[in-house]
Amino acid sequence: MGQKLLMKGNEVIAEAAVRAGCRHYFGYPITPQTEIAHYMAKRMPEVGGVFVQAESEVAAINMVYGAASAGVRVMTSSSSPGISLKQEGISYSACAELPAVIVNIVRCGPGLGGILPAQCDYFQAVKGGGHGDYKMVVLAPSSVQELYEMTVEAFNIADKYRTLVMVMGDGILGQMMEAVEFKDKENIVAVDKSWAVTGTGMKRENNVITSIYIKPEVMEAHNNKLQAKYKLIEQNETKVEVYNCDNADVIVTAFGTVGRIVKNVIKTAEKEGIKVGLIRPITLWPFPVHAFEKYAQTPKAFLSVELNAGQMVEDVRLAVNGRRPVHFHGRTGGMIVTQQEILDKIKEIIK
Amino acid sequence: MSVQQEIIIAGFGGQGILSAGRLIAYAGMLDNKNVSWLPSYGPEMRGGTANCHVIVSDEPVGSPILNKATSIIVMNGPSLDKFEGIVSPGGLVITDSSLVGKSPKRTDVDVSEIPASRIASEMGNATYASIILLGKLVAKTGVISKESFEEALKEVLPPKYHHLIPEEMKAFELGMNY
Amino acid sequence: MATVFKKPHALKDLSMHYCPGCTHGIIHRLVAEVIDELGIEGKTIGVSPVGCSYNNYEYFNCDMVQAAHGRAPAVGTGVKRANPDNYVFTYQGDGDLAAIGTAEIVHAATRGEKITTIFVNNAIYGMTSGQLAPTTLLNQVTTTSPFGRKPEVHGFPIKVSEMISTLEGAVYVERVSVHDIKNIINAKKAIKKAFKVQMANKGFSMVEVLSTCPTNWGMNPTEALRWLQDNMIPFYPLGNFKGKDLEV
Repeated sequence: MGQKLLMKGNEVIAEAAVRAGCRHYFGYPITPQTEIAHYMAKRMPEVGGVFVQAESEVAAINMVYGAASAGVRVMTSSSSPGISLKQEGISYSACAELPAVIVNIVRCGPGLGGILPAQCDYFQAVKGGGHGDYKMVVLAPSSVQELYEMTVEAFNIADKYRTLVMVMGDGILGQMMEAVEFKDKENIVAVDKSWAVTGTGMKRENNVITSIYIKPEVMEAHNNKLQAKYKLIEQNETKVEVYNCDNADVIVTAFGTVGRIVKNVIKTAEKEGIKVGLIRPITLWPFPVHAFEKYAQTPKAFLSVELNAGQMVEDVRLAVNGRRPVHFHGRTGGMIVTQQEILDKIKEIIK
Repeated sequence: MSVQQEIIIAGFGGQGILSAGRLIAYAGMLDNKNVSWLPSYGPEMRGGTANCHVIVSDEPVGSPILNKATSIIVMNGPSLDKFEGIVSPGGLVITDSSLVGKSPKRTDVDVSEIPASRIASEMGNATYASIILLGKLVAKTGVISKESFEEALKEVLPPKYHHLIPEEMKAFELGMNY
Repeated sequence: MATVFKKPHALKDLSMHYCPGCTHGIIHRLVAEVIDELGIEGKTIGVSPVGCSYNNYEYFNCDMVQAAHGRAPAVGTGVKRANPDNYVFTYQGDGDLAAIGTAEIVHAATRGEKITTIFVNNAIYGMTSGQLAPTTLLNQVTTTSPFGRKPEVHGFPIKVSEMISTLEGAVYVERVSVHDIKNIINAKKAIKKAFKVQMANKGFSMVEVLSTCPTNWGMNPTEALRWLQDNMIPFYPLGNFKGKDLEV
């Protein structure tokens, strides 16, 4: 490991992308993720890369589509309203099996909403914000160090499966500074990209990148291929942090920033004689169902804590499958759940 | 027993509020502590109020958002009103008395009122005000070492301001001893 | 025996899906002939639009990318920025380029992207069966302007070449037609120059090609060619709008 640096989450994402070999970034400014663009605008010329400030999020994601078609590692970033605009390109890229990384530093919605942190894009990210049967891998880091590691990993997963990977943080993670330690050398997994459009050189059949399959039997076969790939990703790439869950009275589920807040609560609760566990999904899709299978009978109840009106809790309920009650506590609008709120809710549940 | 320092620095945009927080976080990191720094962001950073939450801890930092604080540094009246109430009993309130225009109401906290902006102006650079207040914070809490603070100045200040570091350290020491 | 006429190599040996009398086929052929003559097939990447020519990736022999509706210039930007040594063309209709993709074409042009756009203007939406296009002429009847295009209801037709030629980054802009042999020859010259502009790294180049849509215009092919000549050309004058004297 190299030197410890104090860096903003957004800047770490950008630096991680560069370290992962990303030399193409296309974006459009929106708070609270714009530092990614600032960093890329400076950094890309230093490493011989390309930074383009697109005319819209729609154009940016389609530039990503083009660059990914050409076989390079490419990234775009935005925040909630901008990610809504990108859904067209996301669906098309998923169908055309293009590897790319999309960063969403979530702010509160719906609508233009506010610029403060939220986790209200969970559904959009994991259930398919765009049209059609597709999935993308969604990584939910909870620290600046994880932002770095998971952004690098995102590029590897994207290439390995020819899939989109979203790194989803929130305004807190994007804006906060924490210590980060970069490795001297990244683990960059090189893959064959002979499918890319790079010019035939008159030496091979032409490559075509497309998301249109007019014939129903061909479209269905392609869908089946995508679904088989998603199954494989579920088997190989599901990640979760399970903390303090053995013999827990209550297991709290939370992702990203909220996972950190819950860890504080666990300490406080311990002092009051309550054992609280944490299941923190790191991949929101694929969802770590196995962790819930394992602990479904352990606690008196589950409690999902989120910065939204109740989104991941639906997946928690599906995973727990009626074996225990599943409660929810959330805040919206940029309000952040407090340790006290969570503790009060836990006490209410076990009363 | 682990120690966690939870610090809020608040004032107007342009007073160096966010940089002051970064200096503490950076120095804390150099002291091998776990640190986080979280700014208020958005419209308020454009000329309105600004604040940042800084945590320096022996243990991994949980939530970077502070609902209570062990210390606050306030550099205007509204910030005193906003944050006075969340200081833990026995905690520390440091004000720039040349700007705040009132005294804290709390009686269960340690209060230091320093005319930092006036002193800084007399030193010839108004931006030293926040540094003076940081000096007081460090003297009272020992949250970071003086050596790391000086190192942090080199990291946080752009190189074109490095020639000011001796003056900054003078302001810092002035605050420590005020 | 000497071969005097053959299919260009850059086109695959397939029969096209276009309606009888549609001039897309001619325009495809011109693009392919130019690619052959410049010897750039192995380095060329085409971007297909949404519209009647959505699947022209099946016809061209070079690498192809199919883009979302209107986004071809953004996709082309991504391809070109990733592989600056390739030659990139977008092939777009009037709905694709001048309605849903207006932002993308304007900004690709103003950034001076080193790509070439073939803009096929037939004054109507073909694929979705004959709706009003941004380029539909005043009083022209379409399925969504059944009483003719009225300015107070539908606004005015857009003169794309004139508009794009005002942008600094667009260095070569020309409007041509393919309604007769003479014009087809001129069209090919313009397309060739547009590609050469890209090869010389000069900036954005676009050729607007006036084209027919007999099916949705409700005419036979001969009537359609005449209608283009009599109605479209007076409103969309042929000629160069930018880069006439550009040496490439």
